[in-house]
Amino acid sequence: MSDRIEKTIELKAPVSRIWRALTDHQEFGAWFRVRMEGPFVPGQVARGRITYPGYEHIQWEAVVQKMEPERLFSFTWHPYAIDPKQDYSSEPSTLVEFSLRKIPAGTLLRVVESGFDKLPANRRHEAFRMNDEGWSIQVKNIAEHIEQTPA
Amino acid sequence: MQSISNKRRLSALKARASVFAALGDETRLSVLVKLSNGQPQSIARLTAGTDLSRQAVTKHLRVLANVGVVRSLRVGRESLFKLEPQPIEDLRDYLDQVSRQWDDALARLKAHVEG
Repeated sequence: MSDRIEKTIELKAPVSRIWRALTDHQEFGAWFRVRMEGPFVPGQVARGRITYPGYEHIQWEAVVQKMEPERLFSFTWHPYAIDPKQDYSSEPSTLVEFSLRKIPAGTLLRVVESGFDKLPANRRHEAFRMNDEGWSIQVKNIAEHIEQTPA
Repeated sequence: MQSISNKRRLSALKARASVFAALGDETRLSVLVKLSNGQPQSIARLTAGTDLSRQAVTKHLRVLANVGVVRSLRVGRESLFKLEPQPIEDLRDYLDQVSRQWDDALARLKAHVEG
């Protein structure tokens, strides 16, 4: 059982183009549906306003972690932090990592969102080793695990 | 209406965070595994076969009960503990929802860079 979300997508455009779409704040805003106040800078808070219809009153905020050109872009944020009156700073934040790799067709983009339980990755992995299908764990899965490893 | 639904969403967010945290411990997961057959069990039973003390198991059960993953029942003079699967299923639903949001966002990115 893992607490991470992982997505991989093939994009028919060169790595440099994808890097720009991810890290240029205006381009990012266009597809992520946020009107950004300014550029992304590692170590700094990036703010904007959601442009998704019905959610325009919501402020979008992330802390930029890494910007390794054409390789890795990452930020931490509070997923689903959509109540403008609420201070989410004490809630757990997750880490979002975009990694890029050149492939013949263009670019392989991998997105990983992790840290839903705020535990070091190695311990989490150990604790959740019984299945790796995300949190799609159910009581049934646990029961199957028991049958395989009687106490 | 809006504020009620916001409040509900917020309390759901807090609840999820604490369930994630409660589950993020190997000992507690192993306790849940023992409870996953759906049968209420005593602390003695849950402690048997482990190198944990009764106190340690009690402490972990309390953490699990606080987030609603485990419920205690009184049977005669004994306290029994039972798994409550709903919070874990809620977590799964939540992650499915976040996952779908990423699918949508990446589809928009694809249209943006390939279009």
